[in-house]
Amino acid sequence: MSEETVNSPVTAKKINPRLESYKQFWRRLGKNKAAVTGGVLIVLIIIMAFLGPWIITTFTDFRPNQTDLVNKLQGPSAAHWFGTDSYGRDIFTRVIFGTKLTLYVGFFSVFIGGVIGVVFGIVSGYYGGRIDTIIMRLMDVLLAFPGILLALAIVAVLGGSLTNVIIAVGIFSVPAFARVVRGSTLSVRKLEYIDAVRALGASDFRIIFKHILPNIMSPIIVQASLRIATAILTGAGLAFLGLGAQPPAPEWGAMLNEGRQYMFEAGHVALFPGLMIVLVVLAFNIFGDGVRDALDPKMKNN
Amino acid sequence: MTKYIIRRLLQTIPVLLGVTILVFSLMHLVPGDPAQIVAGEGASEQTVENIRERLGLNEPIPVQYATFLGNALQGDLGSSIRSGRPVMDEIGARFWVTVELAFYATIVAVFLGLIAGIVSAVRHYTLADTSIMIVALFGLSMPNFWFGLLLIQWFAIGNWMPESLEFLKMRPSGWGDTWRQIVLPVLTLGTGGAAIIARMTRSSMLEVIGQDYIRTARAKGVSERLVTYRHALKNALIPVVTVVGLEFGGFLGGAVLTETIFAINGMGRLTIDAIRTRDFPIVQGTVLVISVLFVLVNLLVDISYRFLNKRIDLN
Repeated sequence: MSEETVNSPVTAKKINPRLESYKQFWRRLGKNKAAVTGGVLIVLIIIMAFLGPWIITTFTDFRPNQTDLVNKLQGPSAAHWFGTDSYGRDIFTRVIFGTKLTLYVGFFSVFIGGVIGVVFGIVSGYYGGRIDTIIMRLMDVLLAFPGILLALAIVAVLGGSLTNVIIAVGIFSVPAFARVVRGSTLSVRKLEYIDAVRALGASDFRIIFKHILPNIMSPIIVQASLRIATAILTGAGLAFLGLGAQPPAPEWGAMLNEGRQYMFEAGHVALFPGLMIVLVVLAFNIFGDGVRDALDPKMKNN
Repeated sequence: MTKYIIRRLLQTIPVLLGVTILVFSLMHLVPGDPAQIVAGEGASEQTVENIRERLGLNEPIPVQYATFLGNALQGDLGSSIRSGRPVMDEIGARFWVTVELAFYATIVAVFLGLIAGIVSAVRHYTLADTSIMIVALFGLSMPNFWFGLLLIQWFAIGNWMPESLEFLKMRPSGWGDTWRQIVLPVLTLGTGGAAIIARMTRSSMLEVIGQDYIRTARAKGVSERLVTYRHALKNALIPVVTVVGLEFGGFLGGAVLTETIFAINGMGRLTIDAIRTRDFPIVQGTVLVISVLFVLVNLLVDISYRFLNKRIDLN
């Protein structure tokens, strides 16, 4: 064996571990039928939310708040696909215009809850001790208000509006993120490479953002997609109680509330907004289930 | 065990204190002057001042909180702004209406959820399993208030059980006289929970069925029936128990929507009416009562969980 071979540099392809795990993530996600189905549905819904209103206003005369009392409470027909409501407004148009509002509640509230929850969770899990106890007790307190009650109390204080619903549902989502993130941080923190970076003199800030956060992204993504479903349901519930977007906004929960009075003579008024909520929440649930199975094979049911 | 129970009780205290602080803050976080809200719009400055004096709103916040907590511990949650009656009296009978509703909904959720989950797990990857899981996914994705509206519609159109629709007439004393009158609200509230319990039971059963001791039992020649129900189910149910407690609590909160749809005179509707009329002492009262109840139920569930799962180290 010549000296040359020994001294020649290792020519293995340079791999970027982060890029690799990113690629692997998409590969695994792509193989999961549920995740793909849910993902495609979500993309379609987003397209509908932002392109739909433009198509309707450009190519038709329908407007979400345009009343037509002569044709009120009409059943579905060729002229009005989802029928009309008690003011003669076209329900299909309103449902399309309302999609955006529902997505706003889902995405923004989970974003607020996610950011706050992740910060709390990481700080709690990383530093431990007294600060951990305080944060986790605080989360316990937030979790002590069952179901919709916490969001309801917050909206009661702030007053009913779409923004306040987003804030309320956001706060309602904080503990779920904090708990999951704390758990994952605890398990990552104990790994050897964290000790190694610390020994190299990395600051806490750097360790948290460069070394812990990227490694706990999977549970955060899973939590976020499932949480959007819950957030949309909670937001719709608040709107249904008259505490969300105020009339005449075409918010689906509020439309359901309006339709409630006509349950017997015109059931379609409440039918379609409800179906749309089911569709959107279903899409996020299917996606969330799929992402969880793809990212965390241990949790898969078999 | 006693040690565990005592420790768990002690842990509950800060949570309950936190709950009272949050509930107390509700009144102070409302934009505007609490005294003005109590007095109502257009009240004279003197009236507002009197109310401020009477409610102790001139005191420092910590003193106000201490008074609030002291009164709450003695069962005094203040008086309703609208009716002037003590909040506790307003909650009174409505408390049991909501608890009963949540209780029956829990029974429905556990019953339906367990059956569906077990069938799904025992016949996993068959048509039955797939259909049950699709239905459960829908149940999970459906706003329960919408499902309630659909039930009303179906029962009205089909003219099934006319008594089940009687709740729609306002009933001042609360709640149904026969099971037929409460069947729809209970179904409305319980189905979402049934979906959660079904999914949970299925995955828990499948996990247990894959374990070594089940294979050993099978290898010993224990019948499949005995393996499923004696060995697997018993252990699979342990994690499900915690969910049941959470469900009951969730139903207490969810009752807000169900009671609104069915015009049931429980704590949920009381809360909503109070929010609409800005009657904050009532909102504080119901939120506090429901949350404290929820915390206590979870405490009970936690303790029974340790009883069921003896493998968990009690200390």
